[in-house]
Amino acid sequence: MRRGTARLDVVPDPEPADPKLSLRGVRKSFPTQRGGRVMALEDITFDVAPGEFVCLLGPSGSGKSTVLNVLAGLDVPDSGSVVMNGNAITGPGPDRAVLFQEPALFPWMTVLGNVEFALRMVGVPPGERRDRAMHWLSKVHLARFTDAQPHELSGGMRQRAALARALACSPEVLLADEPFGSLDAQAREALQGEVQQVWGETGTTFVFVTHNVREAALLADRVLLMSASPGVLLEEYRIRAPRPRQLGDALLSRVVVDIHDRLAEEVSKVAARETGDRTDG
Amino acid sequence: MRHARPETEPTAEPAAGGFTLSRTAGILIAAAGVLLVWWLLTATGWVSPHDLPSPATVWSTLWHGITDGTIPTAVSRTLIRLVFGMAVAAVFGTLIGVGMAASRNFQRTVGALVAGLQALPPIAWLPLAALWFGFSERAVVFVVIVGAFPSIAMATAASIRQVSPLLVRAGRTLGAEGWELYRHVVVPAAVPGYVEGLRQGWVFAWRSLLAAELIIQGGKGLGHSLTSAGASLDAATILSLMIVIVVIGILIDAGFAALDRKVRSRRGLLVAP
Repeated sequence: MRRGTARLDVVPDPEPADPKLSLRGVRKSFPTQRGGRVMALEDITFDVAPGEFVCLLGPSGSGKSTVLNVLAGLDVPDSGSVVMNGNAITGPGPDRAVLFQEPALFPWMTVLGNVEFALRMVGVPPGERRDRAMHWLSKVHLARFTDAQPHELSGGMRQRAALARALACSPEVLLADEPFGSLDAQAREALQGEVQQVWGETGTTFVFVTHNVREAALLADRVLLMSASPGVLLEEYRIRAPRPRQLGDALLSRVVVDIHDRLAEEVSKVAARETGDRTDG
Repeated sequence: MRHARPETEPTAEPAAGGFTLSRTAGILIAAAGVLLVWWLLTATGWVSPHDLPSPATVWSTLWHGITDGTIPTAVSRTLIRLVFGMAVAAVFGTLIGVGMAASRNFQRTVGALVAGLQALPPIAWLPLAALWFGFSERAVVFVVIVGAFPSIAMATAASIRQVSPLLVRAGRTLGAEGWELYRHVVVPAAVPGYVEGLRQGWVFAWRSLLAAELIIQGGKGLGHSLTSAGASLDAATILSLMIVIVVIGILIDAGFAALDRKVRSRRGLLVAP
């Protein structure tokens, strides 16, 4: 993997502390309909430092969601190791909260009930749940909608409720799988702001999957660029723009152009390869 | 604290093409239409009153049956059988359905049998039931149970299988596993499908029950009364009993429909009719 955007490297990399998350040689394949197997991840290796904000960026089919599922413990890799705080990840757990593409709120519970449920699952006593849930719902500006059912909220509000539910148990890591992909531009921007804010306040480690270059540049300390089928890591960009960031920042615009060009190159390569495959076969 | 109305409050779609009947008005008009045709048939002498008594005769027979206690007795006897048979079928069907959803081997063995049973009209069990239990109460209830439980089992299994994998994954990442996951995520997510299954199951139970009562004599249920009215060629009593059966059916189904609406609207699953 190459290091990109050297011109942004005005300070040296920090001394690598013990990583929060560590993937070594992770491979993952899935069975296909016709009985074969398709390779989703090919030898993925990277670390995430404690408190770091890492974005996994790549075209669709690059296996970035699979990386996230492996970290969440929802998918088991064929080979390689997945480690958190030095311990192998063997299944899902509340120390790694997940924000899915869809809000995944429980529709039979109120907004408040959803957050309280998360607290209940980690053993917060009943008397404390309400206050803690209210605290997080206020943080994502949903204090007025606590008694609403999820279906009564807009898409952006639902995803904010899911964010509150994910953060309420004070996870060490927040894993997000294109959580704003289905939102309109305004809701997306508002949530990007809220994510930056809670990340700054909580010190939680974030691993954030997106196919939106600007979103990745806006949020991440480090962007890992993945290529498609099979998924491998292509590039790493360290982004040192000061926070809080705005999408208009000149420094960010340069990074966005850089990543965008590299991504476009990769996409056309894949397209050419697929066309070649078709003419061969 | 009451929450403020969010901006995406679903609004009722105005019906296309202007005028639409309310549900009650529709039912009343349909009933009035049937009464009118019935009255015309009898008043014009087109059909003999022996074959089809007038609405007024049937009404007075019905009223008489209600006030002298014969219809209330028959209704209560029949409903007791229904409730008991339905309760046993629900317990049995739910357990088998959960097993079918939980284990592929169970699904492929017992599940296949249950699916096969569904193809058998419940009343086809009656000869065997009579052989085992005699022409008795037990034979009737047995037919109700075997009539209702397969559809409840199938619906239970389907409702569990159709639980959104996303919600299960969300539950697991929040730390719910095993029984906790089942109790807090799978069961509440399966409730709408399960209620639909019970609603289907009760229809089978009701039909099997009346069919069995019609055939097995000696009781005092609605089906028994219907058979004896038939034997004495008493069309007015037959019709009044049929009206009672329809009304009970409509009332119970309305109860299930209300339950269905409640669980669906809570989950935002209600589609405007």
